[in-house]
Formats: sequence, structure tokens, C-alpha cells
Amino acid sequence: MSPDRNSARPLPAFSRMLRLTRPSREDAIAFVILAGLGVLFFRAAEGAVAPLSTLQMAPVTLDPWDLPYYAMRTVLRMFAALFASTVFTLVVATLAARSRHAGQLIVPALDILQSVPILGFLTFTVTFFMGLFPGSVAGVEAASIFAIFTSQAWNMAFSFYQSLRSIPTDLEEATMIYRLSPIRRFLKLDLPFGTPALVWNAMMSMSGGWFFVVASEAITVGNTTATLPGIGSYLAQAIAKQDFRAVAEAVGAMALVIVAYDQLFFRPIVAWADRFRFEMTASTERPQSWVFDLLRRTRLLPVVLAPLGAIGRLLLAFEPRAGRRRVMGERQAHPALERIWQVLVAIAVLGALFLTARYVMHYLVWRDAVTAVLLACVTMIRVIVLIALASLIWVPIGVWIGLRPAWAERLQPLAQFLAAFPANVLFPFVVMAIVHWNLAPDIWLSPLMILGTQWYILFNVIAGASAIPTDLREAADMFHVRGWQWWRQVAIPGIFPYYVTGALTASGGSWNASIVAEAVSWGHRNLVAHGLGSYIAEATTAGDYARVALGVGVMSLFVLGFNRLLWRPLYAYGERRMRLT
Amino acid sequence: MATAAIAEKPLLVEVKGLRHYYSGQDHLVLDDVNLELSQGEIVGLLGRSGSGKSTLLRSIAGLIRPSEGIARLVPGPDVPDPSVAMVFQTFALFPWLTVLENVELGLEAQKIPAPQARARALAAIDLIGLDGFENAYPKELSGGMRQRVGLARALVVDPSLLLMDEPFSALDVLTAETLRTDLLDLWSEGRVPIKSILIVTHNIEEAVLMCDRILVFSTNPGRVVGEIRVDLPQPRDRLDPAFRALVDDIYARMTARTEITAPMRDGLFPGTGIAMVLPRVSTNSIAGLIEEVDGTPFEGRASMSELADSLQLEADELFPMAETLQLLRFAELRGAELVLTPAARRYAQGDVDQRKALFAQALNQHVPLVQHIRRVLDERASHEAPARRFRDELEDYMSEDYADETLRTVTLWGRYAEIFAYDEEADRFSLEDAR
Repeated sequence: MSPDRNSARPLPAFSRMLRLTRPSREDAIAFVILAGLGVLFFRAAEGAVAPLSTLQMAPVTLDPWDLPYYAMRTVLRMFAALFASTVFTLVVATLAARSRHAGQLIVPALDILQSVPILGFLTFTVTFFMGLFPGSVAGVEAASIFAIFTSQAWNMAFSFYQSLRSIPTDLEEATMIYRLSPIRRFLKLDLPFGTPALVWNAMMSMSGGWFFVVASEAITVGNTTATLPGIGSYLAQAIAKQDFRAVAEAVGAMALVIVAYDQLFFRPIVAWADRFRFEMTASTERPQSWVFDLLRRTRLLPVVLAPLGAIGRLLLAFEPRAGRRRVMGERQAHPALERIWQVLVAIAVLGALFLTARYVMHYLVWRDAVTAVLLACVTMIRVIVLIALASLIWVPIGVWIGLRPAWAERLQPLAQFLAAFPANVLFPFVVMAIVHWNLAPDIWLSPLMILGTQWYILFNVIAGASAIPTDLREAADMFHVRGWQWWRQVAIPGIFPYYVTGALTASGGSWNASIVAEAVSWGHRNLVAHGLGSYIAEATTAGDYARVALGVGVMSLFVLGFNRLLWRPLYAYGERRMRLT
Repeated sequence: MATAAIAEKPLLVEVKGLRHYYSGQDHLVLDDVNLELSQGEIVGLLGRSGSGKSTLLRSIAGLIRPSEGIARLVPGPDVPDPSVAMVFQTFALFPWLTVLENVELGLEAQKIPAPQARARALAAIDLIGLDGFENAYPKELSGGMRQRVGLARALVVDPSLLLMDEPFSALDVLTAETLRTDLLDLWSEGRVPIKSILIVTHNIEEAVLMCDRILVFSTNPGRVVGEIRVDLPQPRDRLDPAFRALVDDIYARMTARTEITAPMRDGLFPGTGIAMVLPRVSTNSIAGLIEEVDGTPFEGRASMSELADSLQLEADELFPMAETLQLLRFAELRGAELVLTPAARRYAQGDVDQRKALFAQALNQHVPLVQHIRRVLDERASHEAPARRFRDELEDYMSEDYADETLRTVTLWGRYAEIFAYDEEADRFSLEDAR
């Protein structure tokens, strides 16, 4: 091999960056958009570190001209949370996948945290963060960001962990044979391999985050009321003042923002992340994004991606000098060390049990627990009935859409948009209706719980129905399989695993939503339905931490129980019996 | 002449008393393997799947730590710091890296300065015939091209030893042949700096085509049961009578080996009685093989290598089928020849019901696990038994995977022969709708 022969070759990979041409129209468009975003960003960031008194001096007004600024503050919050979630995911999930001991603790923790109702936590986090940054808006800001973070981080980390666990062995072996250091291995293998799933998950989590933005920007804990400038508090203000026009404006602004970040942020990223999909055949359908195409055409892509490369190089600076070959599989730790580790874990568990028990015993009596469980049963009945109703409505519609590719293509994004849309903004309308016709809140407040989460059922069913192989459908047609037989033998088995995924998400979300859906207000009118959600909501308003903790604990147990005893077995059954491949 | 030359060459790899267990201590994969590899030779590890040859390769590569014994690279005067590189059956390319970036992977990890790394990578790409594809992603390439990238990536780090794990088995026949020839040309012309090649394969012809020495492995546990020196001059011709004779000889040795290690027919597969590990061979394969040997041109007697050719099967696939026939007394393996018994000739001529009856008879007489399941079902009042029970029983004798596979095979055979029924949902055996 003579290297000299080829050394004069150009470096094709970077040639596009080096080629200097006259600025194009695309350059101008991209520049203006970026500049605009930059100005908005700095304006919003200024507000986030102002002293707390500015909140009182400049309370949230219902002036529509302030809405873009409020929207920007909200978006900034969401992206801050997304950034935090991503960093958390990369660190924690990688640790869990690489170290057996860390994995033993992290994986079940993530699994449980995914099922904990986040809204119930707001009480604790707001108090905590305000104590952390006394007298500054940053504390309230951090609490709000943390609320969004908790709605995203766990499932992002869990999905990234699962990606890392499914890396093909031969690629892992290749990194070992060619002596890649752990950092280099992470950059070359783990990160690219997990990226597509992570991006998808981040997108879904961002949608879920809206719900919490609305709930967390204006929150009252005991005597403290914190109202951050943002769409959420604008909306809260509009509801308190019974201002219809303002509610509509907020809803419109929210819709615009959702469309904007989808087009400007997520679509380009999805299009970019497509290159990391682990497949060896070139796929025909690639995700499209006009922004991504624009960036590519203007040769701005390398500039946009440069920070990522810089972070990678920074990490590689910490790489040890000579790569040593590592041996596959777990090295057996010394038995004594192993024993010590187990003892430490046991002590931690016992300690946590003791502390919790002591705290709970101090503030609560047995009757409280009984009340909480009874109320949880009421909420559970609501969840079950609502999921059943939503399934009855959306499964046929979803199947109908899914079997028509032209419709599915158009309606699938709409269903995802609806899932992203925070249903809590629509609550006031329902309250007015209930008050107007004098309906029973115990029944008529219930649908609110599923207002935002039913869409998960719809778009999963659409996806499932479009995945039914054409040959099966043709065979069914040929033998004139129709009516109930068609549903029983073609449609339901085809969509089953997808439906279970959707229903699982919807039911978890509904539990969570019950905290805001079972106690709703419009102006001075408060409507309360009996249930665990309103129990937690009322305890939060009263600043009764012990009852909030009890309520959240009981709800977590119910959600976990639901997942473990109903959805997972169903999913496993679907995987085993109804897989079409 | 080749032998003498090799004998003088310094040692490169030394494997001594190597043993490897899977899943704790209960399943032995490799048993007492000793191996010496000198500079300048291509050595093949030939065996069926499950013979632990890939495990041996990975022990030498340092990817896994053997349970007992040593596997090491021997430093010599001209190779003070011997190194390895590996070519994978599945190529193991990073789909998000271009051809060039894939090839540069090992150099980057060694902290070779970027310009030097690029020059070396381009030279390797050139050498392996991938010119013009530097910026292509693996998914744009055909299988053969992908394996060329794998080869370039291995060669570019200047390894002393090149390890190849069934490198051509994922490719179609023509592509595999081209790649083999190209590699042999590079090797014989001395254009690659590697000192030795160790190649794992289950393809007998491939081993004879490429190797100076072939080590034949037994299955369960993996042991070296034969060493064959190939002195035919390169390039070798598949149609050369000497080549054919060698292939037949290896078939015979691989067959003979089963007779040596297993004097009784029951012991064809490791273990005896119900503890016998049964390979996943479908009743259709059994029927197909009997029909093929029964028909022209074989007329009930076929040499294994011709049979492999005519059925387009790898030795790896053919052996379990042939041995299943032998277990059921449908055939006998004599040397490298498979000879059908009268029962099998009757089977070949029979209709569906007669075939089922013959098959059921053979199962009842010669497969102890079938007898056992049937007996348990007969004894029980409900004529039902959970499959779990038998799986647990099997796991006393073999690893979980083997127990699972054995029970699956027996379920398949027993259902076909209508000796018992099986409900997958409930995971139960029963006599329901069995004859």
C-alpha cells in the first residue's frame, strides 16, 4: 500500500463547504429567519433572569400585542426543558446501558417515573426552586421548566436505553476490535444508533409538554402564587377574567407556535436524523422538510451542525492516549465488592421506606389512605369507561382512515397535532356548558380527562391499519370476508399491538389529566368532580404536602398496576399471537 | 514443500487447553482446544454451527475471555507487537459512516494524524477495488461491495493476523467466489502486510479452496477432531480430481467423526435417551431428502458432497438432516455416503397416510423423548401435560436453548406423525385429536 499515490486527492467530504459562491435567495431567507429567531430569543432570555418583583410590576396582561413575547417565553421554556431532558437522557441512559449496577437502579426507576402523575409534583418543585433562587424569577422559571422536564425526560431516557440495548453485537465487536475508546464508541456507535428513536421520542414528548406548560406557568401553592409571562398564564388570566376573545387568541397563538416549531425545528431534525436509521437498504420514502432542504441548499447545514461537531471534539479531547482493547461481557467483580454493593442498595431501600413511613405516619391517619384509594377507584372507573368509549369511536374511524393511504397521509399529522394540542385550554367551554345546563359535574367533567389523550388511540390505530399487508387484505376481499368476520379476523388482529400502545399512552395520560380535569374553574365558578385528581388538586391549593404525596403515591400505584396487569400482558399477547410477520 | 516452509516459520498464535462454558458452568462450548498458527499460512476452522469455532475466533481476537486455558498472539522478532483485525459475516459496517469513514475508524481510534489516516484509508480502498465509492454509504452498496469495505477496514490497520468469521456466507455464490479469488491474489502476491489468516467457515469447498491447513471441529462440545493439510497449488480448481477427492475425504471424516464419538445410534446427537439434543429439522426436509436420494440418479445411495451440490445445501445444513435420517433408521451414513434403508424406500413410494404411519413408527421406536411424552400422556387421566414439564426435564441435561430447540423439534415431528397434539397458547401436550 503506498499512501503517496493518493495523497493529492481532494477531500470530497468537505468540498461543499469550501466552495464559495454568490449569496442566493435561499441565503437571504434563511438569514432573515435566523436573525428574527435570534432577536426573539434574546428578548425572552432577558426576562427569565429578572428579579421576582418584575412579575408583580408587570403582571400578565390580556393585550394581544404581548402574545408573541409570551409565546416566545413559553417556547424558550419548552426548549430549555427539552435540552435538559436530552442531556439527562444521554448521560443517564448511557450509564444504565453500560454499567450493570447503574442499570439495576436506573431502569426500574425510569419505568416507574414514567407512570407518576407529574402535575402532582408541581407543589414540591415550585417550593424547592423558589427556595433555590430566592427573590428571582429564575426560581419560578426553573420550577416550570422542571415540570416540563419531568414530562419528557423519563420516557426519552427509557427509549434511548432500549435503543442502546438493541445495538447489534457485530457492531459492538467491531468497536472493540478496532479499539475505540468509550467516548469514541459513544460518538460513533451509541449516539448515532439511538438518534432516530430519540428524535421521534423528543417530538412526542414536546407535544406532551404543552399540557404541562399551561398547567405550570400559573400555579398557586398555599399562599404563593407564581405567574410567569407565557401563553399558559395568559390563558389562565383569560379564564379568570372570563374573556372569550383572549382565550381564542391564546389558542390561536398556541396553534401557530406548534406549527412553527414543527416546521422549523422538528421536521428538519427528523429529515437529518434519517441518515442514522439502522438499515442496510436504501429506503424509498425519506422524511421531507423544506427547512432542511433550504439549509442544505444554502450550505448552512455544516454551520448549523458545527456546534455538535465541536461538542464531539471537546469530548474526544478527554480520550485516553492509547486505546486499550476491552473484553466483551461483564467482568466478574470481586464477590466481596458485589456483596457490599447489594448491602448498600438494601440499606438505601430500607432507609427510604423508613423515612417515608415516618413522614406519612406523622401527618396522616389510616382513614386518609382509605379515602385516597376509594377516590382512586372512582377515577379508575372514569378512565376505564372513557378509554372504552374512545376506542369504540376512534378504532373504526382509525381503521377506515388507515386503509386509505391518501387519507392517512393527510390525517396522520392532524391527529398528531391534536395530540400535541393542550386540551386544558378547552376546559372553560365545558365548564360554561355544564353551568348553563346545570349538569352533574361528576359525569360531565369526566370527558375532559380524555380530551387530549384520545388522539393517541386514533393515530396508533391509523398506523396499525396502514401496516396491514396488502396481500392479506386482498386475500380477505377474494374470499368475501366481510362484516364482523372481517373485523375479527383481519382488522383487529392487524391493529392490536398498535391499539394497545395507543390505549396505554391514553390511559396513562388520562390519569395525569384527572388532576386538572376533575377540578375546573371559569371565572369564579368552580366545578369539582369526586376523584383522586380533584383530591390532589385541592390538597395542592391548600398547600397540604402530606395529602399531595399520598394522592400522588396512590395514583402512581394505580397507573403502574394498570400497566403491569392490563396493558403489558395485552401487548405481549398481541406480539405473540397477532403479529402478522 | 509447503509443509517444510511453514514448519520453519515463527509462531503467531498459540491456543492451549482452551475451554469455554456458556451460561455459567452447565454448557460446554469449547473443550480442550489446542492450536498453533505460524506466520505465512491460511488456516480454516471448519465445523457446523454450534461447534464453537466463532467462540474460538473471538477468544483469539480478545473479544471474549475463555473460561479456561490461554489464547494469545506470540510476539516474534519481526512482529514485536502482533495485532488482529476481523472481518464479520454481517460486515458490521456503520450505516451512518461513509465508506471512507468506515475504513478510517480503526486508524482514528489509534490516533493516527488525520492526513496520514486519510492517505492510508484511500490506499486500502484502492487496493480492495472500491475506488470511486469513498463517499458512498454502505446502504448504497451491494453485499459484495460491503464486504470489500469490511476487508479494507481490516487491512488498513496493518494487522499481523486477519480473522475472518464466515466472511463470504452472506453473499451469493458468484460474489463470494470473486471476493475469495481477489483476497487470495492479494495474499499470494504479498500485497497485504498480514502474516496469517484464520478463517471460520462451514463451507467445505471454501475451506479447501483457500486454506493451507483445515481444522475440523466436532459439535457439542467443540473439539478439534481432525487436521487436514491442503498441499494443492494455488489457484485451486474445484473440478480438479484431487480437489474433489479432498472434499469427499473431509465429508467422510466429518461423518466418521460422528461414528467414533457415538458408537450407538442413539448417541448420534450428543446425549442419550431423552437427553439427546435434536436439531431443528422439519418433516418436509426429511421427506425431501429421502425423495432426492431415492430418485435418479442416486437410486438410494448418494455421496454427501454430490448431494450437497444437487440440493444446493451447505454441509452445515445437510449433516443434521442426514443424521436425523440415520437416527430414525431411514438411512445409514457409510463413509461419505448416505444409504437409504428399505423403510425409507417404502416411505418414498408411500402416500401421505402411509408416510405418516412409517414416520410415527420410526419416532416411537427410535426417539426416546417421543416415547416419554406419549407415555406420560397415556398415564394421565386427563391425557394432558404442560410442555414446561418436559422442558424442565430436558434442562437437567442440556442448556436452555438446546432444551427449547429439542422440544420444538419433537413437537413438530410428533404433531406431524399425529402421536400427540400441542396447544401453543396453553403450551400443553395432549392426546386430543391425535390418533
